[in-house]
Amino acid sequence: MCGNEALAEAAIIAGCDAYFGYPITPQNEIPAYMSRRMPEEGRVFVQCESELAAINMVFGASATGKRAMTSSSSPGISLMQEGISYLSGAELPAVVVNVMRGGPGLGNISPSQADYFQATRGGGHGDYHTIVFGPSSVQELVDCMPLAFDLADQYRMTVVVLADGVLGQMMEPIVLEKKPRRKLPPKDWALTGAKDRPQNIVRSLWLGEGVLEKLNYKLKAKYEQVEKNEVLCEQCGADDADIVVVAYGIAARIVRGAVAKARQEGIKVGWIRPITLWPFPAEQIGKTADEFRLFLVVELSCGQMLEDVKLAVTGKSPIVFYGRPGGGMPTVDEILDKIKQLSIPAKKQKTKR
Amino acid sequence: MTGKIVIDIERCKGCGLCVAVCPKNGITLSKKSNKSGYFPAEVINSDSFDKLTTSCTGCAICALVCPDVAIEVQRDDSGKVKIVTKPDRKSKPRLIEEKT
Amino acid sequence: MQKVFTRTPTLKDVVTHYCPGCGHGIAHRLIAEVIDELGIHDRTIGIAPVGCAVLAYNYLDVDMIEVAHGRAPAVATGMKRTNPDKIIFSYQGDGDLAAIGTAEIIHAAHRAEKITVIFINNAVFGMTGGQMAPTTVLGQVTATTPQGRTANDGYPLQISELLAILPGAIYVERCALSGPAQVRKAKKALRHAFELQVSSAPGLSLVELLSACPTYWRMTPAEAMDWIEKEMTKVFPLGCLKDTTSD
Repeated sequence: MCGNEALAEAAIIAGCDAYFGYPITPQNEIPAYMSRRMPEEGRVFVQCESELAAINMVFGASATGKRAMTSSSSPGISLMQEGISYLSGAELPAVVVNVMRGGPGLGNISPSQADYFQATRGGGHGDYHTIVFGPSSVQELVDCMPLAFDLADQYRMTVVVLADGVLGQMMEPIVLEKKPRRKLPPKDWALTGAKDRPQNIVRSLWLGEGVLEKLNYKLKAKYEQVEKNEVLCEQCGADDADIVVVAYGIAARIVRGAVAKARQEGIKVGWIRPITLWPFPAEQIGKTADEFRLFLVVELSCGQMLEDVKLAVTGKSPIVFYGRPGGGMPTVDEILDKIKQLSIPAKKQKTKR
Repeated sequence: MTGKIVIDIERCKGCGLCVAVCPKNGITLSKKSNKSGYFPAEVINSDSFDKLTTSCTGCAICALVCPDVAIEVQRDDSGKVKIVTKPDRKSKPRLIEEKT
Repeated sequence: MQKVFTRTPTLKDVVTHYCPGCGHGIAHRLIAEVIDELGIHDRTIGIAPVGCAVLAYNYLDVDMIEVAHGRAPAVATGMKRTNPDKIIFSYQGDGDLAAIGTAEIIHAAHRAEKITVIFINNAVFGMTGGQMAPTTVLGQVTATTPQGRTANDGYPLQISELLAILPGAIYVERCALSGPAQVRKAKKALRHAFELQVSSAPGLSLVELLSACPTYWRMTPAEAMDWIEKEMTKVFPLGCLKDTTSD
């Protein structure tokens, strides 16, 4: 199944009640698939007039306690930033899929990873975070959908799933199965009609003295819980490596191939692959930097996750960047060449010590 | 038909709409302000709530235009008015209706 | 003597923050009365706008949500489609509905969403200090039209007329909160709009209420009522613009 359709089906299996979307390449397969499957399951599908409307429809459906999601690509996600800020301020669960494309502006329709800042630094206003996933295979994309809905409900947050144009189109064999849900708190805050209870109000405006400050501290505490409990990261061969390559998503697929080839040629190289981009596996990367190594960050951008790696490494080791922005896709050989380039100075430095 | 209005002095913001619409010109703005600093409406000749001196008929037009629901209206029922129920949360709430 | 007029339960027993003579107070009361008369309090969800009425949830005792400026019809769509048995209404001012939210209201009407929209038209942006709104009339002085609105600033937007063209908008009426007779008619219109949703009528109902803003019109409330009846109705004529449900 192709990535876009697979993630849609995974969302349906995870109990998505409503999908609201607007066409934008390269994720058009998602609304098309949903328009066919959601009515089959008796759930809600609306093709709305804009991404602005889509995120607000998610806001409405989520406020009534339903599992709602939307999907778009980079320029459309820009339009949703206001909505995501409101979702965060009102503490409503939501799942937003971003199938990244080249930018900025209208860009092109090729894959990219240049929305990392938008996703992890929060493109909307205010002090908030969204949980961000960077899956690197169609199976992982499928697996993170039920997790996304569960995390959204558990923490009352927006979860952003960063796919990209290649992942969305890739055809890979997958296993689709219904996973048991986490134990989730009841949604007694939801708007279901004030029958036999006082009214519920979903809001993000708090004008009283000190009230908004309190809300922000509450959010901060919540985010700290997420950072403590929900980091996902994978690594291979980093423990004895001279060079560690850090990449996520589709870049990590390419890196994996390059590292395998490099190891065959005797180069001591490993990789670390963050799966949650927020919360970022800073601790794991930081620990790897305790031993002097050379870090190579590979992204389909001009260097965004690079900054988080720098923060995690805290100057303990040098960091080099290799990226292809604006829709450019590196090949396995390109990365392999870069690793080879770097492996000589690394060895030299080791013998110097 | 005779009537009586009760104005909640602390709710009233002295907007004067009731004064403008009362068909009997029976309401005016007080010269004394309330706690919020507004000059609330008051019934003319209301010092003596004597049916003969106030002109109120209980038509409720003042209450109809009041933006603050500051006026409660009572009417001496001469048989033409049917009261449905006094609205409270426990009983099924229905607004009092007028039936001819 | 018996009480013939008193506060209806869905209108909370609090003093509002609205200015003296503001139409919001009347509109809130009429909506609360309709909700109580129809007995739908237990399944009604309201959407508060950005504007003076952002705190409407402090006055109307139903489940309520506060949304981004203009997005209420989209939020209402998300709510109604996933909860068809609930009564969803949005309450929007002229900035919310006729400026930033024009796309959302047109498309909600175009998709025939089964919701009730109450549009408070007071010809200014009240909350932010009395700037020109899309519904400000020509010649009207506001914070951003100090010489009075001219055609260069745009003509007043008759959004109800625009929406009445759409097949998905099944009931569109314009009333005024400008005097007892008009207030009675407004209540009838609001009641009809809510009744249509209760009976799952296949489309969107919109009631536009010409409402006073004495503060930014720089008038007394009584003068403001007069201004609605004499001046606003020239640009925004009262009456039922469309009702596909009546015979």
